Amino acid sequence: MSLLEIEDLRVTFTTADGDVNAVNGLCLNIDKGETLAIVGESGSGKSQTAFAAMGLLAKNGRATGQARFDGQDLLAMNTRQLNKIRSKDMAMIFQDPMTSLNPYLRVSDQMAEVLMLHQGLGKSAAVTEAVRMLDAVRIPDARARVTMFPHEFSGGMRQRIMIAMSLLCQPRLLIADEPTTALDVTVQAQIMQLLGDIRQEFGTAIILITHDLGIVAGFCDRTLVMYGGQIMEEGPTDDIFADPSHPYTSGLLKAVPRLDQATEELATIAGEPPDMSRLPAGCPFSPRCAQVLDNCRTERPSLDVTPDRRRACHLPVQEVA
Amino acid sequence: MEPLLSVRNLSVTFDVRKPGSWPWTPPRKLHAVSEVSFDLQPGECLGIVGESGSGKSTLARAVVGTIPSSDGNIMFEGHDLANMYPKQRRVHRRDVQMIFQDPLAALNPRMTVGEIIAEPLVTHEPGTPRAEVKKRVRELMERVGLLPNLINRYPHEFSGGQCQRIGIARALILKPKLIICDEPVSALDVSVQAQVINLLMELQRDMGLSMIFIAHDLSVVKHISDRTLVLYLGRVMETAESEKLTTRPEHPYSQALIASVPIPDPVLERARPRPILEGELPSPLSPPSGCVFRTRCPKAQTSCAEVKPMLEDIGGNHLVACPFHEAEEVLAVNG
Repeated sequence: MSLLEIEDLRVTFTTADGDVNAVNGLCLNIDKGETLAIVGESGSGKSQTAFAAMGLLAKNGRATGQARFDGQDLLAMNTRQLNKIRSKDMAMIFQDPMTSLNPYLRVSDQMAEVLMLHQGLGKSAAVTEAVRMLDAVRIPDARARVTMFPHEFSGGMRQRIMIAMSLLCQPRLLIADEPTTALDVTVQAQIMQLLGDIRQEFGTAIILITHDLGIVAGFCDRTLVMYGGQIMEEGPTDDIFADPSHPYTSGLLKAVPRLDQATEELATIAGEPPDMSRLPAGCPFSPRCAQVLDNCRTERPSLDVTPDRRRACHLPVQEVA
Repeated sequence: MEPLLSVRNLSVTFDVRKPGSWPWTPPRKLHAVSEVSFDLQPGECLGIVGESGSGKSTLARAVVGTIPSSDGNIMFEGHDLANMYPKQRRVHRRDVQMIFQDPLAALNPRMTVGEIIAEPLVTHEPGTPRAEVKKRVRELMERVGLLPNLINRYPHEFSGGQCQRIGIARALILKPKLIICDEPVSALDVSVQAQVINLLMELQRDMGLSMIFIAHDLSVVKHISDRTLVLYLGRVMETAESEKLTTRPEHPYSQALIASVPIPDPVLERARPRPILEGELPSPLSPPSGCVFRTRCPKAQTSCAEVKPMLEDIGGNHLVACPFHEAEEVLAVNG
């Protein structure tokens, strides 16, 4: 049994302008100790998928479908049941480390709270454990700094604190939502190395949500590409990068300049990311697709499943440029 | 050939007061940019990279003239920016335009797209007939890939990529000689980023513009610029042709920076050596003595704390500020 299985997940937000479908029938699964990348641009529904699984959707959002963690359906749970699992068995780190730490609480208090709640430790034992974890994420002089407030740390340090906090109960699944987007490249490299060490040491399964194809390449076993709330394709990272089977993936890969290659002109994907409240009837990518067929605009492609790959595209694999 | 822009020993410092300090205590000096020198030839694109806090944006603002420099000269077409008469300064303002990072925040939400793009023209050439202004705005909108019939819309009706195109059109309407782009694509989605990069490169080529391109993404900077300047804590570490800098960097900081840039290729990414830079940027209020990079440098020696390294020309217009520089192929380059 997979650690997390998401089946036919749909996330809908009720807004004054009508319903917005952020995620439309997403299926994914992740095994113990595996790393999965969810790649997509803003509005592709990659973060909402994670929020739905964690029960963190905004008030006007609702999720339907199934999200089974260890066999238990997360979407059917109430807050109290979810609180027993969140941060104990599955934890999440967010994009902006400043706004996701509580500015009014010392780091020691925020971190101890997790342990006191889930493991019933006393305050001083919990703080000792927190210091040990801050040491593990390589925060220098952790013992002295644990009593500081979040604003006294730099961005990279705050992200380390977030990671340390999420690891306190040694969760089996860690969801990292754009963990390095707000950071400099040198700090990004440090954080990615840290996440890699964590995976090796604790065997934590990691879902990495990002728009940066570069960090996916160095980190994830499998990659899932989303667009307009749907899966475009999914497969082993090496295969996806070497041989993309969807025009969107292949377009994305060609649109980023590479440091190791000289490119004359970047290939572009025409148009703009879709308006989620007015998605086209067929494939969400069809208005921008360079290889669009007639039935792409009217008929949504079904997800073809082969042993290694899943793809949703009317175009035969061999013809993807 | 005489350079279009020539910056010599430019320093920019800010006075920072400790909150709660007495009014008569002297403020502390924050050295945002220290002793930066470079030349920009007509038609050339210079990339500036560095981590946040390295002084990239301050440098750009000093060149535009919105931040006074505390030392050094900025010469634009032979005129010193600091001693310009107001009249000359107005001309300079026409010739140097800027494109900003946050495309929506850079546009006035209460003005229509037409008014935004026309504003520099109306300011600098007040006598232009309205029909002529409108014609030029429409032409330019078409040139940057916006439908001219959107001229009466407001910025909030556009996406990030389109807003950035509006910003580009506004910067181009006076036919400037130099465009300074401060992180113009970092707020955009990957697929839209490529469109804007291509547009900027095309415009630069067709209009013979000089460009200063600031970004933290080294891959983008390398793609767009002829030469690249690496800043660290307000000081130049290395300048060279972009191709040379990325394939054979000499300065330990450039090497570390390049090694941290992820490459979208799983096979290469696994095989690459990854010397990871420890620590973070020191505070610019109290920069390290000697070489500012020595606190994080893998090659640091005791002498680095005493002697401030000078920029040294190692041939082929390649300048390095490190006495222990050594070329290293950080990337395994294909073909």
